[in-house]
Amino acid sequence: MRRREFAVTAAAWTLLPEAQASDEAMRVAIRAWAGRNPEPGNLKIEMAELVENGNAVPVRVVASEAVVGLALFTPLNPEPEVVHVALGAAVARPEFSTRMRLARSQRIVAVAKAADGRCWQAGVDVIVTLAACVEP
Amino acid sequence: MATRAVITLPAAIKPGEAFEVRVTAAHAMETGYRSSDEGARLPRDLVRRFECRLDGEPIFTADLFAAISANPYLAFWMRADKPGELSLVWRGDNGFEHRETRTLNVT
Repeated sequence: MRRREFAVTAAAWTLLPEAQASDEAMRVAIRAWAGRNPEPGNLKIEMAELVENGNAVPVRVVASEAVVGLALFTPLNPEPEVVHVALGAAVARPEFSTRMRLARSQRIVAVAKAADGRCWQAGVDVIVTLAACVEP
Repeated sequence: MATRAVITLPAAIKPGEAFEVRVTAAHAMETGYRSSDEGARLPRDLVRRFECRLDGEPIFTADLFAAISANPYLAFWMRADKPGELSLVWRGDNGFEHRETRTLNVT
């Protein structure tokens, strides 16, 4: 019984229908972090295009020049923010890696911020076969 | 409950040479969107912030949100010119705080 309870708990990640961000919410979140609307630019998001399990998806963001900040956003997770990173002077490469959750197939957006205030963004489409949450 | 954290650093570091720091902390990162078997909402319990400093100087800081997986993993590249102390701290909901320090073996 305990084992079944565990299996049910592990499987059932139920999302409330209203708990979903949108493209507009993501734009607002990006503007709040970057201070402006980023231009499309050179930014690499390394991530599997086809994800089997949305609970822990490895992702690496690599900028082509020195930056002071990097961030990831999603339009269709419950919240648009994923992670905001600030890089100090001792950082050797303008990149970071993490593992994120994906509630459904969507376009992930990464934004970079340079020391002079410029910011730019890039996106990648990801297909999720087993989402981190049951789709509403 | 004592928190476990895994911090991966090279055993020996050359001055000025880039090396990767990989960190994982054991934490459920409960999003606040899940329900228990009984239908009650599981309260939000997240790690909100991670900071890595070298001798007090911030190197890598991250604000984490619900979309970061359980046992938050972060990796970045840094360089050091001389031996120093790397201090790492995770802070989160319900007063969560976990600190680790590592000595950088720069030779």
